[in-house]
Amino acid sequence: MTDSAGAPPLTQPLQDLLARFEAGEPFALARSISLVEDQAEGFESLLHALHDRLGRARRLGITGPPGAGKSTLTSALARLLRDAGETVGIIAVDPSSPFTGGALLGDRVRMDELATEPGIFIRSMASRGSHGGLSATTREAADLMDAFGFDRIILETVGVGQSELEIASQADTTVVVLVPESGDGIQAMKAGLMEVADLFVVNKADRPGADRLKKEIGIVNSLRTGGPQASVPAHHGVDLSRKSRPTPPPEPIEAWDPPVLMSVASSGEGLPELAAEVDRHHAWLRATGSLQSRRAAAAAEHARIVLERAVTRRGAEAWRAWIEEVGDDAGLAGRSPYETARILTARICRDAQ
Amino acid sequence: MNDKKIRVLVAKPGLDGHDRGAKVIAAALRDAGMEVIYTGLHQTPEKIAATALQEDVDVVALSVLSGAHMTLFPRVVDLLQESGMTDVLVTGGGIIPAEDAETLQAKGVGRLFGPGTATTDAVEYIRAWFTDRGVGRSTE
Ligand SMILES: Nc1nc2c(ncn2[C@@H]2O[C@H](COP(=O)(O)OP(=O)(O)OP(=O)(O)O)[C@@H](O)[C@H]2O)c(=O)[nH]1
Ligand SMILES: [Mg+2]
Repeated sequence: MTDSAGAPPLTQPLQDLLARFEAGEPFALARSISLVEDQAEGFESLLHALHDRLGRARRLGITGPPGAGKSTLTSALARLLRDAGETVGIIAVDPSSPFTGGALLGDRVRMDELATEPGIFIRSMASRGSHGGLSATTREAADLMDAFGFDRIILETVGVGQSELEIASQADTTVVVLVPESGDGIQAMKAGLMEVADLFVVNKADRPGADRLKKEIGIVNSLRTGGPQASVPAHHGVDLSRKSRPTPPPEPIEAWDPPVLMSVASSGEGLPELAAEVDRHHAWLRATGSLQSRRAAAAAEHARIVLERAVTRRGAEAWRAWIEEVGDDAGLAGRSPYETARILTARICRDAQ
Repeated sequence: MNDKKIRVLVAKPGLDGHDRGAKVIAAALRDAGMEVIYTGLHQTPEKIAATALQEDVDVVALSVLSGAHMTLFPRVVDLLQESGMTDVLVTGGGIIPAEDAETLQAKGVGRLFGPGTATTDAVEYIRAWFTDRGVGRSTE
């Protein structure tokens, strides 16, 4: 099979896995996600083979500070959507230890009641500390869930690092969850967190300070978007993670002003309102053409990362071969680093022909 | 580049409310560089099997103190087999008499660890099992 798009053909085991995937076996989805996480031999060919099936699922990012109730909220929202007949894939990302590479992935504790629910699939992922690679991996895992046929995909990440924010912002709709305790710090809060939000949720609204926080978010938010009357689509303001800005719609359409909702995730209070606002945002995305442009920008960014990954891989291979060739002299051999790099770049280009 | 990590589901089945043992082993496995999926108390065999499948774990480690080990372990093994997870190690710990452990091992359960065991023993056991199995299972 010669593939004009250039992906190497699938090996027999991967063809078998693909067949099971297409037959709807959850095991095949689970194993495919593992291949992506491990960057195992042939994983990009598998993704390529499934690429035509993408684009159906609606993707929701949920982020916020540690312990804000993201998993509880995710679980409650997934339950609500499931009861309305939708199928839901969930990806919950937690950090890996930079020292041991290990991770304790505990988000499922708050999603326990969904464990055996047909039509719901939950996957915990460790960040594995890969540079820029995390957002690619989570995207590819979400792509697999999309290809598998889930109506909705929810991505939960802790909103502390740049890569976590990138994950959240590649979704169609990004929900930022805050709690009354975060109130004092809101002005100083990592700028990115405020900027990726399409929706704010003040969770743990059963605790004192929720109203105050809601007001504060409103103020910070209107400073950012220029107030609710702004006539240009605010659309994530100055978020730099989205490289190309969506082209403005032909007719002036009301800008999206991120609403601030209240919830008690542990009791389900405020969840129907959240689901409704997510729908309203989706309708807005469609009406303004932002859905298409947002997805196109995310896809372009993904292609860039895949390229980077391929170049890095080839670089590592060339370097290994080089070390074998020149032995311990790699850094010396009378060559400047620039000359070495030039030689190897030439080889990489030659080998890629 | 293959970055295969050992993924372990640590679960606490049964109705008793002690998950200290499970948390200790979960932390030890994490510190040994593994990815540990922790699910909390009161896990049914059905939940354990469904979670193991979705998370595509290599190992299921159960902490059983309730005395129900003779039914719980074989049930989890059976459910995993039924769902096609034929290469998963089911291991665990608790207060389990030696002859019970032997019976369970004959039914496909791995080594079981008593209350006094050092966590390093479990870590070493899982590592050795993983190496023996090899990583060649990735697409089967
Ligand atoms: N009082 C109150 N507690 C809540 C609410 N929502 C969640 N919690 C509790 O907050 C704690 C943390 O909830 P999680 O859902 O695990 O929070 P998280 O943001 O996913 O946490 P990490 O993933 O560890 O960052 C748990 O003990 C929840 O039961 C709420 O609305 N009110
Ligand atoms: Mg969580």
